[in-house]
Amino acid sequence: MQNEINQKHTLLENTGNTGIQHVGKRRQLINTLMTGLTAACTFLTIALLLMILGYILVRGASSISLQFLIDTPKPVGEGGGIGNAILGSLMMTAAASIIGLPISILAGVYLAEYGNGWFGRTVRFVADTMTGIPSIIVGIFVFTVFVLPMGRQSGLAGAVALAIIMLPIVARTTEEMIRLVPNSMREGALALGAPNWRVTWDIVLPAAKSGIATGAMLAVARVTGETAPLLFTALNSRFYNLYMDQPMASLTVQIYNYATGPFEVEWKMAWAATLILMLLILVINVIVRYLTRKRF
Amino acid sequence: MSQINNTGDAVFRTILILAASLILLIVVAIIVMMISNSMPTIREFGFGFLTSSEWNPSARVFGALPFIYGTLATSFIAVFISVPVSLGVAIFLTEQAPIRLARPIVFMVELLAAIPSVVYGLWGIFVLAPFVREYLGWFLQTYFGWIPLFQGRLTGIGMMTGGIILAIMITPIITAVVRDVLEAVPVNQREAALALGATKWETTRIVLSNAATGIAGAVVLGLGRAIGETMAVTMVIGNVPQITAKLFEPGYTIASVLAANFAEARDPLYFSALIEIGLILFLVTFIVNAAAKLLVVGVTGKGMTQNT
Repeated sequence: MQNEINQKHTLLENTGNTGIQHVGKRRQLINTLMTGLTAACTFLTIALLLMILGYILVRGASSISLQFLIDTPKPVGEGGGIGNAILGSLMMTAAASIIGLPISILAGVYLAEYGNGWFGRTVRFVADTMTGIPSIIVGIFVFTVFVLPMGRQSGLAGAVALAIIMLPIVARTTEEMIRLVPNSMREGALALGAPNWRVTWDIVLPAAKSGIATGAMLAVARVTGETAPLLFTALNSRFYNLYMDQPMASLTVQIYNYATGPFEVEWKMAWAATLILMLLILVINVIVRYLTRKRF
Repeated sequence: MSQINNTGDAVFRTILILAASLILLIVVAIIVMMISNSMPTIREFGFGFLTSSEWNPSARVFGALPFIYGTLATSFIAVFISVPVSLGVAIFLTEQAPIRLARPIVFMVELLAAIPSVVYGLWGIFVLAPFVREYLGWFLQTYFGWIPLFQGRLTGIGMMTGGIILAIMITPIITAVVRDVLEAVPVNQREAALALGATKWETTRIVLSNAATGIAGAVVLGLGRAIGETMAVTMVIGNVPQITAKLFEPGYTIASVLAANFAEARDPLYFSALIEIGLILFLVTFIVNAAAKLLVVGVTGKGMTQNT
């Protein structure tokens, strides 16, 4: 009993009288230590990012030239460039957007406006899990259902693979953006006698427009950097090619080939091509940042 | 309501349903395609496909164990390194940093996720691999060389390098989800702890214990990404189908064996073996992602799309 009172007494002394400055030394030390550790983790992560970007900038810039940007690949030692790869990447990304974005946005509209039943929940769950499916699986899928029947690799097959990767991402961001539109807007339009579909099409979609565009652009930026789904679908090409039914070069596959090649000239070209790819993605990301900034 | 309006609604709704069904259709088609195309190897090797470690395309003998092992080894290295760091970054951003500092850092960490896999691979070959060979490998083998994990020939190309690259790649994903989860913990829990005289770190520990389920989800999500990551790993792991505890030795993952060989697989049995490996990868990532989603959504009520 006496013991217990003593204990209580010391407890009171430890906490009651002391005030904030005198929190136990050990506790204070641990606090400082852990704060320092979390800051160190953050510093490490940021340092890694800057280091990666720095390498790309320095090594890439040192081997870039106008010739490199417009030439096609040539045998090792004769120079060559990535002009056709840039064009191929742009064409396939554009085609993927044309195929994928409308369907994805419609699917997103469904999830937001009608998707509260079992079917909507299933689609939402499958879409979320689908975003985590490795992109190489999509490449294999498109190879078996598209490339094999057609008999050859093509830019179109690559674009289809990229569109499939976009689908769940854009659908889910579209849904989230539409859900942000206040219900009073829908109610107002319905009260004025507009049918459901016109409310969605003329009131809700325009209101969510910039958010949907942001989500779409982010997906476009992401598929611009995809390599795995293009390896067996679009393959590669050494020539400028405007026909989507032919094999098509892309920046990413070109980087992969150069980076894993045996010659130092190729490695230099890999860094230069990477710089171009990163600039492309960075530009898209900055546009997105700008759009989102304006919205809030 | 007039007849026209009702038809308009019906048509519109049908179009939307078709678009949404496409998502289900594609996933079902992927499953059907993979199962039907892997039937030859399933019939030929049965369950032994998963447990045999012999992979010899020219002799038409196929066992997937080396790839399963390589995938697990690199993924676990990645999670082992990335989880503490991601937790640290997320805690720093949500609990400690003032918002003016946090915002640009969030942007930079997200930028890390925007770097394409093939770029990580390039950086891995020419920057990380030499670093692992000259410094990390040398250090670990000199001081901890008695541990079998750290043995092996130091070429810089191997499972360790693959794991480290993966760790960098999944850090922004885990960080983003953990941030969401921590922000979902009510502020009054922090206020209550602080009011009782807890230090900042003690408060954070309470927040962490309340967010445990969501954090587990974040880790599982990161694991899923690491398992499926293809290009970067293919470029630095060395592509040798072997099972060894020595992490500096080259290995092979499921995704990288597909990337490196699928285009050349003309033999039907070889083709089928690769598809069956792909099927394993698909099923594992599907289950892992579903589990992660259930863990995370229960806490934040959010989907995971923003974090991809």
